[in-house]
Amino acid sequence: MGLSKCSLEMLQEMGLKSVEDLFADIPKEVRTGGLRLPKGMSELELRRELEAVLSANRTADSHPCFLGAGIYNHFIPAAARAIAGRSEFVTSYTPYQPEISQGMLQGLFEYQSYMAELTAMDVVNSSMYDASTALGEAVLMAGRINGGKRFLVSRAVSPEKVQVARLYAMGAGIELVEVGYDRATGGVDLADLASKLGPDVSGFYFETPNFFGVLERRWKEVREALGQKVMVVGVNPMSLALLKPPGEMGADIVIGEAQVFGAPMSLGGPTVGVFACKSEHVRKMPGRIIGMTADLDGRTAFCMTLQTREQHIRRSKATSNICSNEALLALGAAAYLAVVGRSGLREVASQNVRNMRELSSRISKIPGFRAPHFSSPHFNEFVVSSDVSAEKVDAALLSKGVQGGLVLTRHFPELGNSSLYATTEMHTRRHHDMLVEALEGIR
Amino acid sequence: MRYHQAVHDVPVLFEGCDRPEPAPGFDPTVGGAIPRELVRDELRIPDLHERDAVKHFVNLSQMNFGVDNGLYPLGSCTMKYNPKVCDDLVSWPSVANIHPLQHPSTIQGALRMMYELERMLCEVGGVDAVTLQPAAGAHGEYTGVHLVRAYHASRGETRTEIILPDTAHGTNPASAAMVGYDVLEIPSKEGCVDVEALKAAVSKDTAAFMLTNPNTLGLFEKDVREVAGVLHDAGALLYYDGANLNAIMGKTSPGKMDFDIVHFNLHKTFATPHGGGGPGAGPVGVKAFLEEFLPVPRIMKAGDSYALDYDRPRSIGKVRAHFGNFGVLARAYAYMRMQGGDGLTAVSENAVLNANYLRHHLSRDFELPYGQLRKHEFVLSGRPLKAKGLRTLDFAKRLLDYGFHAPTVYFPLIVEEALMIEPTETESRDTLDAFVDACRAILAEDPETVRSAPHNTSVRRLDEARAARDMVFSWRAHEKKMANGLPKS
Repeated sequence: MGLSKCSLEMLQEMGLKSVEDLFADIPKEVRTGGLRLPKGMSELELRRELEAVLSANRTADSHPCFLGAGIYNHFIPAAARAIAGRSEFVTSYTPYQPEISQGMLQGLFEYQSYMAELTAMDVVNSSMYDASTALGEAVLMAGRINGGKRFLVSRAVSPEKVQVARLYAMGAGIELVEVGYDRATGGVDLADLASKLGPDVSGFYFETPNFFGVLERRWKEVREALGQKVMVVGVNPMSLALLKPPGEMGADIVIGEAQVFGAPMSLGGPTVGVFACKSEHVRKMPGRIIGMTADLDGRTAFCMTLQTREQHIRRSKATSNICSNEALLALGAAAYLAVVGRSGLREVASQNVRNMRELSSRISKIPGFRAPHFSSPHFNEFVVSSDVSAEKVDAALLSKGVQGGLVLTRHFPELGNSSLYATTEMHTRRHHDMLVEALEGIR
Repeated sequence: MRYHQAVHDVPVLFEGCDRPEPAPGFDPTVGGAIPRELVRDELRIPDLHERDAVKHFVNLSQMNFGVDNGLYPLGSCTMKYNPKVCDDLVSWPSVANIHPLQHPSTIQGALRMMYELERMLCEVGGVDAVTLQPAAGAHGEYTGVHLVRAYHASRGETRTEIILPDTAHGTNPASAAMVGYDVLEIPSKEGCVDVEALKAAVSKDTAAFMLTNPNTLGLFEKDVREVAGVLHDAGALLYYDGANLNAIMGKTSPGKMDFDIVHFNLHKTFATPHGGGGPGAGPVGVKAFLEEFLPVPRIMKAGDSYALDYDRPRSIGKVRAHFGNFGVLARAYAYMRMQGGDGLTAVSENAVLNANYLRHHLSRDFELPYGQLRKHEFVLSGRPLKAKGLRTLDFAKRLLDYGFHAPTVYFPLIVEEALMIEPTETESRDTLDAFVDACRAILAEDPETVRSAPHNTSVRRLDEARAARDMVFSWRAHEKKMANGLPKS
């Protein structure tokens, strides 16, 4: 590849002859001769190539999709997209120089403020990678708070999330112990919880809504059973437009997935791990925190703070290794919430509940199907059980152009032939019709 | 040429937001679907007009500096220009509107893209297999250290220690500790690994040595093969921190240098935007003997179709839900396809050219410890500023007034008053010259002007100690503090 005239002049200024002189310090025995990769292409060629590759994907637009299980298809207002697409935000780095980064810092402070209000917790960090790693970090933090070597996790949690948390726990020598769910309600099995508690238990994680879409009604009993142990509650932040916040349930740590606020599904990433805790635990918290302060002139301003918890200062003694987080998506969540506002958020959350009720009621009327499987109230997701195998249902739906719920048979054999269906404001009457008609056709 | 950042009065969104009762007719139980005892009493988030929400954030964006605004020479962060076509791509429904739990037959395009990205990263890294699951560089390190642990465990060994040079990024020791390892830092010699000190430190307890090459001083570790030999002879592994990969593409590779495990920072080398702190993506590559330990699922190609393989009994499991930050992976894929093999090699050539050009000019004005030739970045010492009663921090803040983001400062720790500068390949010679001129202008300025900088940014220097003291991390906390701080009327 030839050098530009400008590059040659720069080399000459340095007293060098060729670009190879710049690499003279790399010993011969480790040199490679270029990269065996396809030739580059123009932007237009790239677009054509990508369109061809990606045309093999079936989207939720072309094939109505009832998958949820932690990632949901919600409407994203154009204004929220436009805000999160501002290139001053998109192309900035972690705000190490706060004087020139107030926009991002205030936006992240506002994200923290929205999450604090929704969860009723005082301290929220400026994001973790996702809900699964947030759970892993919460397990470690519970261990830092009271030192136990066992941590209890409800079985009504995404198996994938638990798998991630188990890996996080391993490094600290913490064992995850499963607590069952009530077979009728889908909520926490209080008797099982009581039997698993012990002096070496640091805390307990449950969700509301949980993996089955079920809202927890026995949280008071859970809080009482835990005593001084750390109560970690997982939430769908959108449901908090309607629901009692976990801060009022006595949660010590709250985690969740804020993808629901303005981020596309995007095959499950990037998303936004919410992480909140009580003030008294803030120094044990992982991740970046934005704090309010003032500049020399007394003007309100924001900066990253309590950095002595973090890896670049504390190195091996840090509360976590996290450096890059999901700041742009956190800002996007704040933008989404600003655009929809209180009334819009309540409306969309209500619509999710109404859609859940409507769809589960229609499915329950189809011979051979039962919905919802559990007797508790739900948010926007519910378990459907069927006489025929869930895999068969799934295949039959796909052949009709419908992406059915998540088959639960492998991870939850105790539920028999069951799948997990989600419906949001994106699902129209026609989508429900397509699903119901396809289900009715299954024999 | 002087820079002035916008100054807007943008109150926090919650300011003046009262606690109103639910709107008439609003039923939080949604027709009895939710029991009354589970319903919240109030929801205090502001109701804004779309117009006002947009104004709020657009004005905030004008008080934020990104690569699109100008030079962002943060050392080790590789803040290069991010091609817009890559951002555009991720808004396509075929990228944005697919669910991670869809049947593999319905996401063949995405699986193909990820498979091909893995193969391209294998070529750049000189490795045999790659996982795309880690969400960031530090998360890649964490994944890599778990691979180290799994490898030794598979051989019936429990090794307890990971060794690092004292110039390592802070994430290295933090990641090692998170997986349960003791961390041993060894001092550098002439800015590079002291092979004798390493030999003395390595023992049967050594699980791995983590290194970046070129290192954080921008120096190429010439003895890297010897270092690898020391580790491998002791049964330990060599881990490559890919933060500095932008210097060497097509010239050498971590695999060629005998590293066993490599992480890539797609938001650095492969031009995905950093979003004010994230999202990133930190794929991890390994030599063939470690492939069986990679996270599940693995993307398998059979003929023209792609499938997911979860049946990997020795896998470490999962480090994150689903496939990783797909939106970031897609951008990096597009960037690599657009550059091609020759283009990526030219990226490294120009990155090194630009860094050395700046180094050549600025080393006359500052101290440059540890020799001349650098790779993608270089570290100056701000010691000469002391004569004027100034510190590196003052100089960095003053650069903001000239419309340049500051370099990384006070890292690595082995250089006094460090200024770590990485211009990247995407900056023109004119921009580099303007940066040199600004640096010289600042050195000639009245010290008080520099000490009290910045002057042209949206706010002046902050009271960062107060943020830590006040601990106001949300509007909710701010209001509580105000309520407690003021006498009751």
